[in-house]
Amino acid sequence: MTERKKLTTCLALLLGLHALVAFAGFFAPYDPAAQDRMAPYLPPMRVHVIDGRGRWHLRPFAYQLEAHSGSPDGYHEKVPEAVPVKFFVKGAGYRAFGFISARTHLLGTDRTALHLLGTDAFGRDLFSRILFGGQISLLAGLLGTGITLFLGLSLGAAAGYYGGWRDEALMRVAELFLALPWLYLLFGLRAFLPLSVRPAQAFLLVVCVIGALGWARPARLVRGIVLSAKERDFVRAARGFGASNAYLLWRHVLPETSSVLLTQAAILVPQFVLAEMTLSFLGLGVPEPVPSWGNLLSSLQQYSVLVSYWWMYLPAVAMVPFFLGYLRLASLLQSDAANPKIEAAGGA
Amino acid sequence: MTEAKAHFWRSGAPGGAVVALVALSMLAATARVREQKGREELLTVRGEIGRPGGRIVLSLRGEPKTLNPLIAADAVSREVIGAMQADLVHIERGTQLTEPALAKSWKVSADGLQYTLTLRSGIKFSDGQPMDADDVLFTWRVYLDENVHATQRDLLIVGGKPIAVRKVGAQTLIFELAKPYGVGERLFDSLDILPRHLLEKPYLDGKLSQWGTLATPPTEWAGLGPFRVKEYVAGQRLVLERNPYYWKADAQGTRLPYLDEIVFLFVPSADAQVLRFQSGETDIISRLGAENFSVLSRQPRGYTLADAGPGLEYNFLFFNLNELGEKGFAETKRKQKWFSDGKFRLAVSAAVDRDAIVRLVYQGRGAALWGPVTPGNPRWVNRQIAQAPRSLDRARQLLREAGFQWTSGADGEAALADSEGNRVEFSIVTSSSNADRAKMAALIQDDLKQLGMKVQVVPLELRSLIDRVTRTKEYDACVLGIASGDADPNSDLNVWLSSGGMHLWNPGQEHPATLWEAEIDGLMQEQLTATTAARRKTRYDRVQEILAEHQPMIFLASPDILVGAKNSIGNFHPAVLEPYVLWNAEQLYVRAGTENTRR
Repeated sequence: MTERKKLTTCLALLLGLHALVAFAGFFAPYDPAAQDRMAPYLPPMRVHVIDGRGRWHLRPFAYQLEAHSGSPDGYHEKVPEAVPVKFFVKGAGYRAFGFISARTHLLGTDRTALHLLGTDAFGRDLFSRILFGGQISLLAGLLGTGITLFLGLSLGAAAGYYGGWRDEALMRVAELFLALPWLYLLFGLRAFLPLSVRPAQAFLLVVCVIGALGWARPARLVRGIVLSAKERDFVRAARGFGASNAYLLWRHVLPETSSVLLTQAAILVPQFVLAEMTLSFLGLGVPEPVPSWGNLLSSLQQYSVLVSYWWMYLPAVAMVPFFLGYLRLASLLQSDAANPKIEAAGGA
Repeated sequence: MTEAKAHFWRSGAPGGAVVALVALSMLAATARVREQKGREELLTVRGEIGRPGGRIVLSLRGEPKTLNPLIAADAVSREVIGAMQADLVHIERGTQLTEPALAKSWKVSADGLQYTLTLRSGIKFSDGQPMDADDVLFTWRVYLDENVHATQRDLLIVGGKPIAVRKVGAQTLIFELAKPYGVGERLFDSLDILPRHLLEKPYLDGKLSQWGTLATPPTEWAGLGPFRVKEYVAGQRLVLERNPYYWKADAQGTRLPYLDEIVFLFVPSADAQVLRFQSGETDIISRLGAENFSVLSRQPRGYTLADAGPGLEYNFLFFNLNELGEKGFAETKRKQKWFSDGKFRLAVSAAVDRDAIVRLVYQGRGAALWGPVTPGNPRWVNRQIAQAPRSLDRARQLLREAGFQWTSGADGEAALADSEGNRVEFSIVTSSSNADRAKMAALIQDDLKQLGMKVQVVPLELRSLIDRVTRTKEYDACVLGIASGDADPNSDLNVWLSSGGMHLWNPGQEHPATLWEAEIDGLMQEQLTATTAARRKTRYDRVQEILAEHQPMIFLASPDILVGAKNSIGNFHPAVLEPYVLWNAEQLYVRAGTENTRR
């Protein structure tokens, strides 16, 4: 496979994963906040195609789970109660992209609920929560990366291009930011905020903080490239022809940084998703009942959950394909960026 | 015995109510005074005969703040102090009845104003110094001294006057009250008698509060309890050793306690306690959460777990009903129009799914509550209080009556608004370190969403939560719990009196803000000085009725007392009163033949 093709495959895979999360309302069978108080800590339901007598069924089905008598969290399959899995069923209302009202879900059942990945302490469907939680976590990662790269690019370019005291000042500030213990800073920040923060406010805050604190590293990278780019012959030539600073930056210098920025983006997204998860895990992110991957995992802080309900680890597994995708993308982008230069050098 | 026993039963509970508790505490360690031949009058206790020697290890959630009973306020300190100190008359935790302790007998005058106590003779402190009436006089002086700020002081002031004490003979004391005291001789419980020979000098120097800390050398601290300090290692453990001068003996005449040592390990969290117990490092565990209880009961290895039934802890939701001054939170002030409406609170109460709280938070190991008195306190609970099942229809009806209306909210769901069109929206603060209450708040949030209320749950660190509730009053609503120390209504006096510091919805009022709060004040004062238990009960029943009528606190649920102990521990009888497992520390013992396997 050529490098190009690998890159396309990787991008397609990532797009698919993101679509799954973006259209969570459609793929998730239930509302992520809906509680089923009779079914806390329900284990994942197995989807069968072969029934107890060895007969194959075209339509997959699950068995209804029934609580052991006298046990608060033990369940077994009620074998005669087969629940056929239906596709494109009408269910709880949701908003695709936040504005299109819809009711159709990919999966569902007529009777008892289908909990593919089990339920949490409140009987909420974990599969739905993982998908909806991804919206928060991934969006925080993407927006945070956007803010960081914007800040990194503008400050790095300014420092590298104008040099002198501006460069000194900006780079010292960047070093300060690199040295900041950002987690403790966040704890401090949260204490200053009003008591009750709406989920949307909390989300924006998290994104802004993550984005604003990460700019130092990309800024240093951009500065390095700008420093060397502004001394290149074609830039000097353009300056000689009377090009303005803005034109030079925009037309000749900044394009040089594109490959570095793309690679940085692919590295930063998973890093920032992880940052959001850390904050939510510690209770500083979006508040309940809004799910995010971090606060889905926060129940694992309790020993009893840790040793009793293995499916509560699944949100951690859910992020693995995303992270692998992004890191693969980063390495492909890097070699992609490196290759043409080597060819060009070899050809010269 | 005769005299003591007569009073013991007469002043005790009306029989039937305590039967269930007697069953719980398998041995009814009914005390019997045995006149010994020697000078020393030991108290003989009934119960399984144990084996002297051995030690048990327990874990504590954090270090005790102090060993000084005058200033100890936290549960951890009280648990340790309980094993080191003794009182004149003691409430037996299993039966919840009084029994003779340092006083071998007592007599109450006909008007209920005079208590004559006779001390046991020949008693010694844990450092070998004798105890006599002068120690009691000294203790009384210290407890009543305003400068000492003793936590017990308020309980010793009856009818506005402190209880006076005078000595008649070396072993006899007369306590005089300004008014009859409803609790009777129960007032002497938990008033630990302090060693005058050690504390008089620091007291006169005004340094008493610095005494009896963990830094005080064991030789300079003594008590009358079954154990005394042996060693303290900061951040790790506190070791108590057997008090050789303890004044109780078993039926065979063996001097108690049986154990040589009790070791308290300091651990940071409830989960750490569970891990230590599971690995066999500790012998006894108490204050277990329901989830950890079911983890431990899955594969019990050499230990037994016990569900002692609902304790005295009651959890509740309350709204900010404080009179907020000019500088008060404008936002909260606006919301108080809803909170102060009794119908609004009743509607919230009707919408709360208490059964779900018991099932999801306590895994069924608890009881739903409609009042502050739990089923664990059968003597005082008012069974006439209606236990209305959850009803959203009734909640909506009440809200409609109170002038609320539903509008179509932005998200397409019905949103509740008041008569002026303001959306009903508030936050509930809860302690971030208490997973149970955070869960309750999350369930209430979902319950109220179905009424169209928008609720945010805000977990806060406990200290800043208490600060907001009692001092700055910057909150809308709060989920908290109170674990009463004793089953008697007096232990919650400062919760129900409008002037009380724990009158959480509006603490420390100068004058009762509402008529019903004034009525509760009156009833609580009346029961304080009522002479018979039946009269006290009618007053307290009425208090419970008023609370149910106005719901300043929306009572939610009470957890069972869940404990566990290794099978090798004998005489292990958990009680629903604090300290749940160490109340009979002097009778606990390690069974023969188990010592080696334990280590």
